[in-house]
Amino acid sequence: MQMRSGRHLPAQQSALAFLVAAAFVVLFVVLSSTPGYAIPAFARKYGLPCSACHEAWPKLNSFGQNFKDQGYQLNNDRDSPIWLNPSYWPVAMRITPHWHYESLGHQSVDSGDGTVEQTIKTSGFDLTGIDILAAGTLAKNVSFLLVPSIDGVAGTVGFESANIRLDNIKGSPWLNLKFGKFELDGPLSEKRMMSFSNTGGAYQLYHYVPAGDINDFTVGENQLGVELMGHSLDDHTRYAASLISSTDGSLGLPGGRSYDGFVHLSQGFMAGKLGLQRVGVYGVTGLRPTYSLTSGGEPIPGTGRGNKSFYRAGGYGNLYVGKFDLAGVYQHASDNVFLANGTPANGELPEGAQGATWNIGTFEGHYLYSPKHFILGRYELVRMSRQPLSDLPSDYGNIDVFTAGYRFYPFINSRAGFAWHIEFSTLKAVKTADSGADQRSNSFFTGFDFAF
Amino acid sequence: MMKRRMICLSILLIAATAGSALAQNAGVSSGYPTPKNGFSPAEQRGHGLYLRYCVLCHGVFGDGNGDNAPFLDPRPRDFTAATFKCRSTPTGTLPLDSDLIGTLVRGVQATNMPSWRPLTDENRQDLVAYIKTFSERWKTEKPGDAIKIPPETPVSIESIRRGHELFQKMECWKCHGQQGRGDGPSASTLTDSKDQPIRPYNFAMARNDSRFKCGSENQDLYRIFMTGVDGTPMPSFADVMQPNDAWDLVHYLRTLQTERRSKENEVLKAAGGAATLKSSENKSENNSAADSNGKTHSGGH
Repeated sequence: MQMRSGRHLPAQQSALAFLVAAAFVVLFVVLSSTPGYAIPAFARKYGLPCSACHEAWPKLNSFGQNFKDQGYQLNNDRDSPIWLNPSYWPVAMRITPHWHYESLGHQSVDSGDGTVEQTIKTSGFDLTGIDILAAGTLAKNVSFLLVPSIDGVAGTVGFESANIRLDNIKGSPWLNLKFGKFELDGPLSEKRMMSFSNTGGAYQLYHYVPAGDINDFTVGENQLGVELMGHSLDDHTRYAASLISSTDGSLGLPGGRSYDGFVHLSQGFMAGKLGLQRVGVYGVTGLRPTYSLTSGGEPIPGTGRGNKSFYRAGGYGNLYVGKFDLAGVYQHASDNVFLANGTPANGELPEGAQGATWNIGTFEGHYLYSPKHFILGRYELVRMSRQPLSDLPSDYGNIDVFTAGYRFYPFINSRAGFAWHIEFSTLKAVKTADSGADQRSNSFFTGFDFAF
Repeated sequence: MMKRRMICLSILLIAATAGSALAQNAGVSSGYPTPKNGFSPAEQRGHGLYLRYCVLCHGVFGDGNGDNAPFLDPRPRDFTAATFKCRSTPTGTLPLDSDLIGTLVRGVQATNMPSWRPLTDENRQDLVAYIKTFSERWKTEKPGDAIKIPPETPVSIESIRRGHELFQKMECWKCHGQQGRGDGPSASTLTDSKDQPIRPYNFAMARNDSRFKCGSENQDLYRIFMTGVDGTPMPSFADVMQPNDAWDLVHYLRTLQTERRSKENEVLKAAGGAATLKSSENKSENNSAADSNGKTHSGGH
């Protein structure tokens, strides 16, 4: 009897869950019929709605990308701050109070004389760091971006971005020079990412390196350097080339006395009623030191030696179909054998050591029912093609990450942005537990994202 | 059982979203739901785009009273009046769609209206379709016929000199000033059709990349003479000016853009510079002062 009722109860619950979910779909469609209005961060300067530049903030649309590429200018003779009320101050702030749940499977835990593996679960209320966003023009065709960032946990203030840009040099949109600390012009902007959770809040595409690899370069971190960028008037054709310090964006002189180089070329094209589509290629290469000169056994800053090479190269496409858009990125990555194995170039490599190579695919889809409702889905997969040590299992360190999220903008007024954010992300890393088991991390994140 | 329901739910969700997308969108989507009350598909799409890009300046009702309008100078266009500055059609007539699309592509110089070049052609067509729903004029009137622009006459010092004489004779200087700085004696009194103060175009501040409100080429300047800038004090000279005269005036006005590289400036410089034109300027100004006693010319500046 108990068995029978035990069978019936889940069936009833699942039917109820189905009805609730179906009702949610209907409710979602009905509620979405109310339009909202919005003003962007630059609204006080230009008087445009935020939806003019953002599909859903912070994700840019093609007009917003063009505005950014023009150096935060509309080229309508109102770009110079001389046109502005003296009280205008081009500053906005953004923070996201939230609650999140994290779990990490097969975590080694000390137990008696040895260790056991168990799943660690935790949850709590939290804050993101606060971004102070100052951006605009100092004069016509001289633009700037300054983003001091306060880390609430460490209690430190850093500079996420700080750059000056000479726009439209010689009157040409093909010549723009940026100098300072800035986000590389990659195929996907991590600074405008629509996910926040510990698991899904960063692109594997930009951050993944095999276990034991000492290469600290990430496309996702803002970098220190100079960027030459150009674009056609309609932004369909774009290029960017950057020369950056090999510090991965950290202030101070590089340890390895080298620079990294990054290039990105893309072409947009109209595909009939589908609208603007884009394809592009990018690549970055550089050197990293494998050891330093020492004094008393301690490394001397700026004396990196034994530079070894790495590169990342990829291609991508952005497909727009009405309210859907899908970005697909493929990247091949390679790190020199010394970097991949964390071995000084003047030292001896372990047996079976080899340069590491891997491939990453990132697929990110968005559905924008209206500027008030934004749905995100992302799948990333990392596949090792050559392990740093030949005796490692071929799939060791492979990763699959799935992220789904939804943002609701209950109102979008002329001076601020506000969104309720909910997100779930799950990551599986193959054979990375001490026991050789797969490790799974799950994140659930919900909070209120606001900027003003 | 549960798996089957999940599949059903997934199909329902995909069908709902895909159905919405396909029913409401083509080209780059506005993301906004669109009205169904008798609007054509283009007008419906345009409505969504209007909400996304235009509404905060031009207003929900297209009357130029959006939330940001009080802070803008000049004020946003009132679409309910269906009066447009940049046209290829005669003054007082409705513009062609291509005129409105041209304004969207170009933006409007010296205003807050940006270039909407990053939008798609279809987006712009849809926006124009929707903008036309704000005024009944579009239902009762047809757009005018585009004026014909004859081939440009050669740039010569004679042409520039004649243009300079026309500038004096037509009293352009009363608004635009003798040096084209927009500081003529009438400049401070000018208002647009909404009684908002308006400034004459300042030719002198032009650089190599400068544009006029309705274009950047000599043809665009010619067109402005012949169509006028409706809703502003700039009249049409189509009835009082011959095509060759209009080209002469174009050539002279280009010389007022002293910081801009142009064939007109090269020709004037080779002929001895602006001083060679001064004699007729003084003569015209004296005659005008005696004749009009400070009144503006018949064009209504």
